[in-house]
Amino acid sequence: MSTAVDLELDCRGLLCPLPVIELGRRYAEVPPGALVAVVADDVAARHDVPAWCRMRGQEYVGEEIADDGVPRYLVRRVT
Amino acid sequence: MTKAAARSGVPLPRYFDTASAESLHPAARETLLAALDQGYADPRRLHGPARSARLLLDNARAVVAECLEVRPDEVSFTSSGTDAVHRGLLGLVAARPGRGDRVVRTAVEHSAVVHAAAWRRPEGHLEVPVDRTGRVAPEDVVAAAGSPEVGVVAVQSANHEVGTLQPVTEVASALRAASYDVPLLVDACASMGRLPLPDGWSAAAGSAHKWGGPAGVGVLLVRKGVRWVTPFPGDDRVDERVSGFENVPAALAAAAALQAVVAERDAVNARQAALVDRVRAGVAAVPDVEVVGDPIDRLPHLVTFSCLYVDGEALVDGLARRGFSVASGSACTSSSLEPSRVLAAMGALTHGNVRLSLTRDATEDDVDAFLAALPEVVAGIRADAGL
Repeated sequence: MSTAVDLELDCRGLLCPLPVIELGRRYAEVPPGALVAVVADDVAARHDVPAWCRMRGQEYVGEEIADDGVPRYLVRRVT
Repeated sequence: MTKAAARSGVPLPRYFDTASAESLHPAARETLLAALDQGYADPRRLHGPARSARLLLDNARAVVAECLEVRPDEVSFTSSGTDAVHRGLLGLVAARPGRGDRVVRTAVEHSAVVHAAAWRRPEGHLEVPVDRTGRVAPEDVVAAAGSPEVGVVAVQSANHEVGTLQPVTEVASALRAASYDVPLLVDACASMGRLPLPDGWSAAAGSAHKWGGPAGVGVLLVRKGVRWVTPFPGDDRVDERVSGFENVPAALAAAAALQAVVAERDAVNARQAALVDRVRAGVAAVPDVEVVGDPIDRLPHLVTFSCLYVDGEALVDGLARRGFSVASGSACTSSSLEPSRVLAAMGALTHGNVRLSLTRDATEDDVDAFLAALPEVVAGIRADAGL
């Protein structure tokens, strides 16, 4: 069961650093407090999405699994 | 050549990857050439040329022992640093059949430690997390060492990717204080020669090409009185801890390089540390670049940083085209296509990663040329990505 989000970024098949670039480019489409999901099978995303949150002052909420088994990383826009 | 290169517009080659391999120290070159002629014979035989080879091998051992402040009978020459780590770790485990064979290791150990542990048993090892600088807490290591079936604890002297020094001596004291009779393997490959060996190891490993000796020479140290048995097939040679015909000329050249590096290290380390400080300040000024690793308790010659939104392979290529040879821990630059375990364990950004490690004669001019080129290379890659 996937968490409901305000913006879902389908980054399946994209290699690092493209999922993080996509996140950096689009997270501001949602208002502060809203959730963004990055769905990415690239292995570096597991480390780089939380690192991006830390560098950008956003909140890393956690990881879950999309219906097709691909990791889904949740980020809450803080600022 | 330098002027001609400058005139032709070809960038000067500037080598920043001594943590992978440093060029042969001038002191080792002469020794190597002389030893190739005098040290070819089998040091086990009893004739004249053999005695000459044996003398050179014993001399190499004595010099390395003096440089590292250990006993000559604690020193073995292996075929590489990796081989020294494997023999050190697995030999300590093999000597204690009643203890179990789980390995307690920091989350940032070199892959040689990880592979040796997995070769002994596929799973069940205990990884001790590190903080944001890449350092373990001694109490966390001790807590893990108290688990059942632990055969050995592995803590590196310094991290090979980010330069952070580990609290080896504190770990050793804490293990003693807890009365855990567990041996400690110290992978000192990243620091040997550059910094004194930390105290408290049962066995330790080093790698000659990282201090300016030839490749193909590792150093295995086993502390006098510590139980160790060979984990691999034995051999009937000079030194029971290793197998195969000794590379006498290379061992002697490695010893000569080590002697020179130890003699010069106060001056070289101070110069390199100042240059690394300059790099740290310079790259931190580039937008969205994060320097990783401890800013103070670190190897003097090494600095690592990650650039947000930048592809690591493109970064290494872009820098190489401008004459800069650097390493990277990013997934796209690794043979396994996995991001660096070290960067991941530290919570650092794994993409856009660069490791700079300075030569013994690196200058301010080298570093400034790099700092001048980096922002353009980074901006170019980001622009290509549409940022």
